[in-house]
Amino acid sequence: MAHLDTTTNAGQLLAAASGGRRRRGDRIFSNTAVIAAVTILALLAGVAVFLVSEGFPALTASSAELPGHESFISYVAPLAFGTALAGVLAMVIAVPLAVAVALFITHIAPARVALLLGFLVDLLAAIPSIIYGFWGIFVLGPAAVPAMKWLEEKLGWIPIFEGPASITGRTMLVVGMVLAVMILPIVSAVAREVFSQTPRKLQEGAQALGATRWEMIRTTVLPFGRSSVISGAMLGLGRALGETMAVAIILSVSGGVTFNLISQANPSTIAANIALNFPESSGLAINLLIATGLVLFVITLATNFLARWIIARAEVK
Amino acid sequence: MTPPPDSGLSGAPRRSIFAVEGGGGTLPSWAPYGAVAGSLVFCAAVLAALGWFTIALMLVFGALFSVLSIYAWSRAVEGRRRAKDRAVTMAIVASFGVAMAPLISLLYEVISRGAKGISWDFFTTTSRGVVGGGAAHAIVGTLVITGCAVVISVPIGIMAAIYMNEYGRGPLRRALTFFVDVMTGIPSIVAGLFAYALFELFFGPSIQLGIMGSIALSVLMIPIVIRSAEEVLKIVPNHLREAAYALGTPKWKTITKVVLPTAFAGLVTGVMLATARIIGETAPLLVTTGVVDSLNADPFQGRMQNLAVYAYNQYRSPGVMKQSAYDRAWAAALTLIVIVMILNVAARLVYRRYKTESR
Repeated sequence: MAHLDTTTNAGQLLAAASGGRRRRGDRIFSNTAVIAAVTILALLAGVAVFLVSEGFPALTASSAELPGHESFISYVAPLAFGTALAGVLAMVIAVPLAVAVALFITHIAPARVALLLGFLVDLLAAIPSIIYGFWGIFVLGPAAVPAMKWLEEKLGWIPIFEGPASITGRTMLVVGMVLAVMILPIVSAVAREVFSQTPRKLQEGAQALGATRWEMIRTTVLPFGRSSVISGAMLGLGRALGETMAVAIILSVSGGVTFNLISQANPSTIAANIALNFPESSGLAINLLIATGLVLFVITLATNFLARWIIARAEVK
Repeated sequence: MTPPPDSGLSGAPRRSIFAVEGGGGTLPSWAPYGAVAGSLVFCAAVLAALGWFTIALMLVFGALFSVLSIYAWSRAVEGRRRAKDRAVTMAIVASFGVAMAPLISLLYEVISRGAKGISWDFFTTTSRGVVGGGAAHAIVGTLVITGCAVVISVPIGIMAAIYMNEYGRGPLRRALTFFVDVMTGIPSIVAGLFAYALFELFFGPSIQLGIMGSIALSVLMIPIVIRSAEEVLKIVPNHLREAAYALGTPKWKTITKVVLPTAFAGLVTGVMLATARIIGETAPLLVTTGVVDSLNADPFQGRMQNLAVYAYNQYRSPGVMKQSAYDRAWAAALTLIVIVMILNVAARLVYRRYKTESR
């Protein structure tokens, strides 16, 4: 780096020596770059500022003004619960699968096909969310109906499978599965990155000691990648919390708070609630929806902060 | 380090990582495939006998049974540790299969269902004043909205990446790195609400314009462009910059004439992938661009339809001829997926070409 700095300085000196025209070009160009950088920070701040300013009327509105609800808190709380439930469910399903997929690509599949397999996993991330929504309601939901009926009959004593099982498949469990598919490529991309960076020395050392491949993975690859996998899971969670269209299309909503995953009556999520109600809303109802969007923004921001903080801490180590 | 006097290889009773337990034999090389095939046949036979046969159940039970059977077989012949290794390997391969199943099912369904709604009229007519009709207005809208988003995002994104890689130091650079990461996590609906709130403040309530959608999409696209551009700029070799400086080239000319051309294909790849990511967005456009039946190619005037929102509305309010509306929704989905796939594959091809050239 020091080497580069000297040459940079030399370049700047030469440029300075050869007259003002070049220096002006440099100044304009570097100022443009700084402006672009500042624009981005301003954009992010702008998102927060405009959501606050447009959501503010709903935050301060009296209970009489809000359509059918006592206060903003009692309106947003069940939605926040639904958002968290869907996100956590998706994460619980996706993370083990994503770790397995990452291990398969980095350590088990032949190196020649690994690249192609990685591309296929990335394609999962490229598919628009509305198509996941269609797939969930027309394909996965109906296919999951008999399975959910079985869960109700055999495991109904567990509160989350209490039922009565939905006959349309528009349940929280199906939403969780679809969201899991959507966040799997994100989590597995992070896991893949770190698994492939496991020091060769450690892996070869384990194998030289006679470890089988699984013992090598368990003793070197997994401990090395643990904190990155955790932060990858948080990034996936952030994505699942903000996912809109798939949830809006699939979930059959009643608004209550329940952990029951397989029934027809589910809590909605913040994002889906906005998408479903925004087109028909006006006046204070719009401010109310924007205020819930602000809550979602804060929740996902906190999740992402945490994830980045874990990554940063792992890198320092 | 001297080796331990008695290594487990000679059959010592001490349990260590060296120890070979069990029979010490080896399964034939076809053993995993044999276990999978045997398990599938066995499960198919049992399920058929019980009258529960479906492909999905056969695959699920077949996968479970494969893991168990390879474990039992290997344990008998090779010992506990090798058996565990084989079972875990089998389970990981099965998990990969589980993860890929949705992709295959989804592509199959979109293609088979979408093909029904695809026709010449679908691409050439609008749904203005007719029942059904085509999606030409939505396709034009998608291209205009996405095009504007690209025009906004690419200069800002690439200049910011240049700042981060070529100029940046100190707190602004650190803040930028951190907040770009944070920005990639903004939910798409929040980006839509931001664009709506921004325009509502200046133009009054219930405003809906194509350009609002583009701004919402830019919020999502800029961080992706920066991330990929930064990666590409980082791998431009320093000796190219140094050579340029040695010739007395000013920094801005070094960047525009040396660094950017070297990184060009990589930058194009990044922009194409970012475009593929935003072209199918629905939620932010639902709240910003509105719903309309007729063709509108002017992003600064009036509502604008796009493919994803079109598909959603065909599904949400199908009207009397429900099935044909669903067909159109799937056809729009198929069109979107084809565009996304073309962008993705083309991006990889550009990148591969670039990689061979840089050698």
